[in-house]
Amino acid sequence: MSWRAIDRKTVTDEQLGPALSEAVLDKIRSFFPRYPSRQAVMLPALHIAQEALGYLSLRAMHQVAELLEVPPAAVLDAVSFYTHFWTRPRGRKVIVLCRSLTCELMGGREVQDAIQRRLGIGEHETTPDGEWSFMTEECLAACEHAPCMLINEKLHRRVTADDLDRILADPENDRLSTPRSDLYDAPQPCTSEFGGIVV
Amino acid sequence: MAFEPVLMKHVGRPGSTSLAAYRADGGYQGAARALRMTPDDLVELVKKANLRGRGGAGFPAGLKWSFLPPDRKVTYLCVNADESEPPTFSNRVLIEHDPHMLLEGILIAGYATRATTAYIYIRGEFAEQFHILQRALDEAYAAGYFGRNILGSGYDLECLIHRGAGAYICGEETGLIESLEGKRGWPRIKPPYPAVQGLFGQPTVVNNVETLACLPHILTRGLDWWLSIGTADSKGPKMYCISGPVNRPGCYEAPLGLSCRELIYGPDFGGGMRDGLKVKAVFPGGLSMGVLRGDLFPKAPPGVIDPKADYDELDCRLDFEDPRNYGLLGLGTAAAVVIPQTVDLRDVLVSVARFFAVESCGQCTQCREGTHWVYQIAQRIRAGAGRLIDLDIIEELTASMGMISGLSICGLPDGAAWALRTLVRKFRREFEERIAHQEPEAPLRRARGTNLAAYQLPVSHGRARAYPGGTFYLVEADHSNE
Repeated sequence: MSWRAIDRKTVTDEQLGPALSEAVLDKIRSFFPRYPSRQAVMLPALHIAQEALGYLSLRAMHQVAELLEVPPAAVLDAVSFYTHFWTRPRGRKVIVLCRSLTCELMGGREVQDAIQRRLGIGEHETTPDGEWSFMTEECLAACEHAPCMLINEKLHRRVTADDLDRILADPENDRLSTPRSDLYDAPQPCTSEFGGIVV
Repeated sequence: MAFEPVLMKHVGRPGSTSLAAYRADGGYQGAARALRMTPDDLVELVKKANLRGRGGAGFPAGLKWSFLPPDRKVTYLCVNADESEPPTFSNRVLIEHDPHMLLEGILIAGYATRATTAYIYIRGEFAEQFHILQRALDEAYAAGYFGRNILGSGYDLECLIHRGAGAYICGEETGLIESLEGKRGWPRIKPPYPAVQGLFGQPTVVNNVETLACLPHILTRGLDWWLSIGTADSKGPKMYCISGPVNRPGCYEAPLGLSCRELIYGPDFGGGMRDGLKVKAVFPGGLSMGVLRGDLFPKAPPGVIDPKADYDELDCRLDFEDPRNYGLLGLGTAAAVVIPQTVDLRDVLVSVARFFAVESCGQCTQCREGTHWVYQIAQRIRAGAGRLIDLDIIEELTASMGMISGLSICGLPDGAAWALRTLVRKFRREFEERIAHQEPEAPLRRARGTNLAAYQLPVSHGRARAYPGGTFYLVEADHSNE
């Protein structure tokens, strides 16, 4: 998804995008003992890198490749196979709408039209202010609450086009009610001894 | 004897995800009992219980475990929590409300297979469920149910959660293994089977969440209790999902062998159709298993309904055997979606075809191309430029992909074939009628708006000429009537 081909011989430095900080790389390293091979850390590493940068930049993919001792193509292979990974900046909140059969029967199509009208973006697009991105997915496995959508991690159930304004205006619309585990989170920015923010 | 739910007994209870609540209700006693047995006895017990996999294929779990080579050093247990088959959500309900039941099942299965590490592959979209499960796992580790020397038995088991990133194919067992190894989730050619050479080249067992959640109950309640539930070949309780325009969509536990009609209309289950809608069709076991007719089924060619001879197919019992009598692939995930009479089946065809076209992993040509081909044909039919021969093309296409016809590596195209073929075959009359009533000009204009390929279609007055089925030759355009 959202893949853009770049000729790697002529790629400029800024096209490589942001880099992963040492703290993020350390977090990825902390997954090494969990698996007998380095390559198996691929999905956790990509999850954490995407969490840290908001998307997977080419530079981050190269860093992951170096860390996992695999060719960069292997990282790109995984990134382009799984729908969860973005290769260009996405919004702060990502709406993932279910479009499978049950949700479609229960009015998912109208919700999709309403979201796209309201945000003025199509699938895999981001609003100019960088707040929202929108995509559809096959079944989210919440068919009893159809139609349903995810805003980041939070599942919204029985969404109707009329509810949409209320849900999108709610500042807590991506906050989970249950306690989170930080296993797959990027390390939080911490203040360094020099007073600056180290990400 | 009234049926007492076991898998879902904690669902809806406040605080059901905590270890304290689970232990207060007799939790981890099954595991304690299992750890006092020998692994081989445990495998024998599960074999005798005929615990068939709940993930879709229905392969007996005990048998799967017994394929492991006896002289192995390392064994991996993979837990398949990559639930992506529409419209299935039973694993989600189980993880959300009772994560410790799954963890206890993992401990029992891990001991039976002498596993060294258990990986729970949970799909990426299950974010809340991941946090719940990870917290439960931390609690279980702290209480000594995982790690070294579990409950003083000398058995060590590491349990780790691995998050997926959005791919239906990773629910296939070798696809899951590939994905866990950090590659794209392309299923492997079998043999070698995972039991011999699976994750990281070591003997591996892949089990579904619900299969593992059954294990603690077999141990605490005993074999006789287990064998008293269900039908002759399908033992035990099952979590049935029902969704669509019914009054009580949700997940309900019942003994195997519940009829589809009971699942839709039973007051304890679906509670009947909403707003007096009538059932037109039901996908009773996830999309992949195929469709049942919910309306009367005119068997005589002119389409006249004879109330004595014609029947709908809702009496299909949802167990491991009966769905085959109705032309379905199997029980699947026992998750039903009801399609009401008001829905145009052309939309359903497009939706189903799109699902498989999008989720085909692209490894085998006939699945990658075939699913997309059917998707395009379905879009064309929906746009109002369908031809009768399209229905034959769908039948022929779906017959030439899949594992059953021996052409594909995994079962995804079989699922696609069964879903699409049963839909076209059982509702052929409706599709024909829709095609016959297409307006000659307007739909073609609409179709050309959505699909450029429609320009090349020979369509005469909105329908193709009747053609003997089963060939790919295009019908010559007939302009004589225009």
